[in-house]
Amino acid sequence: MTSPLLELRGVRFAYFHDRPVLDGVDLALHAGERIALCGANGSGKTSLLHLLVGLIHPEAGAVHAFGQPRQSEHDFRPVRARAGLLFQDPDDQLFCPTVAEDVAFGPLNLGLGHDEAAYRVEQTLNALGLHGYGERITWQLSGGEKRLVSLAAVLAMEPEVLLLDEPSNGLDEAAFARLVAILNGLDQAMLLVSHDARLIEALGMRRVWLRAGRIETQ
Amino acid sequence: MSRGERGQGALWSGLAPVRPDAPLLALDARLRILALGAFALVAVGLGHWPPLLATLLLASALALAAALPLRATLKALLVLDGFMLAALLLLPFTLPGTPLFTLFGLPASVEGLHRALLIALKANAVLLAALALVGSLETVALGHALHHLRLPDKLVQLFLFSVRYLDLIQREYARLRLAMRARAFVPRSNLHTWRSYGYLFGMLLVRALARAERIQAAMRCRGFDGHYHHFRHPPAGAHDLQFALLFGATLGALLAWELLV
Ligand SMILES: Nc1ncnc2c1ncn2[C@@H]1O[C@H](COP(=O)(O)OP(=O)(O)O)[C@@H](O)[C@H]1O
Ligand SMILES: [Mg+2]
Repeated sequence: MTSPLLELRGVRFAYFHDRPVLDGVDLALHAGERIALCGANGSGKTSLLHLLVGLIHPEAGAVHAFGQPRQSEHDFRPVRARAGLLFQDPDDQLFCPTVAEDVAFGPLNLGLGHDEAAYRVEQTLNALGLHGYGERITWQLSGGEKRLVSLAAVLAMEPEVLLLDEPSNGLDEAAFARLVAILNGLDQAMLLVSHDARLIEALGMRRVWLRAGRIETQ
Repeated sequence: MSRGERGQGALWSGLAPVRPDAPLLALDARLRILALGAFALVAVGLGHWPPLLATLLLASALALAAALPLRATLKALLVLDGFMLAALLLLPFTLPGTPLFTLFGLPASVEGLHRALLIALKANAVLLAALALVGSLETVALGHALHHLRLPDKLVQLFLFSVRYLDLIQREYARLRLAMRARAFVPRSNLHTWRSYGYLFGMLLVRALARAERIQAAMRCRGFDGHYHHFRHPPAGAHDLQFALLFGATLGALLAWELLV
């Protein structure tokens, strides 16, 4: 069996030492796999995603990504280029004045030239049905548009894995349907955090639960 | 970067140029910053009316060349004048000199009025030039230009993030105020009011900080490693040189005029 793309092994994590959020989490995501992680509010779903890309670090246990153990900020930099994290709140993610700049931010950081980046911005926006959004001001977009643009910003980096943090939050019917169509059309491995049963159903994903700091498969 | 792209996503979105092909927008960002610095130095150094009026004219010409939107620009200038009004109104009364008139027994001096008008004129000229020269730059382009002008990276980032956070803090403030009003909060002069304001500002700070951290995390996720290293910087071109020479000569002439009158 091939090694998983992303893996947590016996991970313990706490914001306050005596109250661990995650306490012995084992989870592996393989190529082509699509897993939905469910759990109550505050059960640590967002923290788990942030651990996977090294934004926070475990107290105990190990994070493996793309076949290697990862510990330092240095280890995680290449991981973040290959595992795209969609943040729970698009307002945290969109920080450039215009949509085009924001979507170009990742590709430019990856070392693409201006023209290549501009081309990728256009491709990505078109693929998400956001044609002509390039010049729009990010913070003036509607909630659904913000969500799609932040997804475009992640996809423009062409990641191998998508980590999605409650992507259907606050979407209306039309935006929801669009999101489902887009996600179903992607071939990346996905770890979706959501308590939206409708979304998980629509994407036909395998479910795991986060309860009392551990992963349960039912 | 092509001509048109320079103006998009201006530092302050209200100041997006009306014509993306305006001549000033094609100039190198570093040159625009240096030009502003030189302009400000000259304007502050001038003490006579005729050359000062000429700097205001020069600033207006820059604003035209940058195709600044008229309304937003005037509004920005009005805001500045509003801020300065109190200080400027006091000057005639605090600076001793030939009395012009008396108000409530206080004499207003000619010198003070003169000084107040000079300061107002300088401030407006500098702000107008700033709006024209750097107000229409993209935040990232401005940061990059500052970096290329050998400003410390830490300072450049501080600047860029301040721009970002000011807007965010303002929005958080609006949201919190709305939440308070929705629960029938009316400010009065009692302890409850002051305590609530205390919570409001405390909460504002905490939330702004938490959000700042999340934004930084999101940036790291997209490969940000501490500096904006990505904007290709085309070498200064012929039109940059032309502008530099013309602008330098104009400022030199203004200085000469100042020394001669
Ligand atoms: N920055 C933080 N500092 C302290 N506690 C936090 C922080 N972020 C989250 N928490 C706490 O950790 C727990 C898990 O949070 P989170 O991972 O966001 O859960 P979920 O995404 O499942 O709602 C919650 O109890 C939350 O209050
Ligand atoms: Mg969460």
